[in-house]
Amino acid sequence: MDKVKIIEVKESIFADNNKEAELLRTRLKEEKTFLLNLMSSPGSGKTTVLMRTIEALRDEFRIGVMEADIDSAVDAEKIASTGVKSIQLHTGGMCHLDAGMTEQGLKELGTEDLDLVILENVGNLVCPAEFDTGAVKNAMILSVPEGHDKPLKYPLIFTVCDVLIINKIDVMPYFDFDLDKVREYAYMRNPRLKIFPVSAKTGEGIDAWTDWLRQQVNEWNQA
Amino acid sequence: MHELGIVFHIIKVVNRVAEENSLTKISQVSLELGEVSGVIHKELADCWKWAVKKTDIMNDAELIIETIQALTLCESCRKTYETVPHGRICPYCSSGQTYLIQGNEINLKEIKAF
Repeated sequence: MDKVKIIEVKESIFADNNKEAELLRTRLKEEKTFLLNLMSSPGSGKTTVLMRTIEALRDEFRIGVMEADIDSAVDAEKIASTGVKSIQLHTGGMCHLDAGMTEQGLKELGTEDLDLVILENVGNLVCPAEFDTGAVKNAMILSVPEGHDKPLKYPLIFTVCDVLIINKIDVMPYFDFDLDKVREYAYMRNPRLKIFPVSAKTGEGIDAWTDWLRQQVNEWNQA
Repeated sequence: MHELGIVFHIIKVVNRVAEENSLTKISQVSLELGEVSGVIHKELADCWKWAVKKTDIMNDAELIIETIQALTLCESCRKTYETVPHGRICPYCSSGQTYLIQGNEINLKEIKAF
């Protein structure tokens, strides 16, 4: 019988993914394409926020959208109606996208002529947070009906995000949602977090968010 | 679902290590799993059994899971405490200014192979 070998590896299983993500970011920098990874739970208004964002920035940037879902093309059809370049990615049952899947999607989308690509990740506050997709910035949406305790329950996603968009502030009077509390809990996990309260429905607060995004895209895409 | 994605990443790393070391048959893979890594052992083991069958070099490889205890450091009183029974609030001084120092790892520890 062959001799048994023991190979000591001692590395995080995310190490390869992190390497791939770094390579992807380097390539995007050279190509002058900004990739935003947008995460949230299902029903937080991700697609509606996205539509508002496209509306605000479409005259300045060439925008592309990748819709990641386990199945269906409902969101991609909505986005396609805005006229921007979009594709639907099916994760085939997986609850997140990793850097390899993102890169494949970008290839399919074709990024040479795009300034800004927004990846709408699978609706989920747990798994997408663990995998670096290679995005330049990570944003998440928390909607008012979900409650202000989410930074305590799902700390990792608040730690890895650069931006927290609080959506559906138009219905705040009907919910027991404390904006100060959510700020306090979120800053506890991530003091650098930028927080934008918005209503994608009425358009309130959208300017502050899109101003931030515009500045980020311009900075990244400058030589 | 989450565990399946993790299993695919473990298989990817094992495949790379096997190639680097010219291994042809993997009999055992040992993981270090933090107590608060968010991974359910049973789910991971089930996904593992299903996924390795589709591989060439590890189709009956056994998965060994070692747990890493979760520990949190309190920034206010500088004491370390066990995360699982106490959560984010320091049991010594009730501060919420705490952070995890270990316990969210998913590490590939070692591979037994021929």
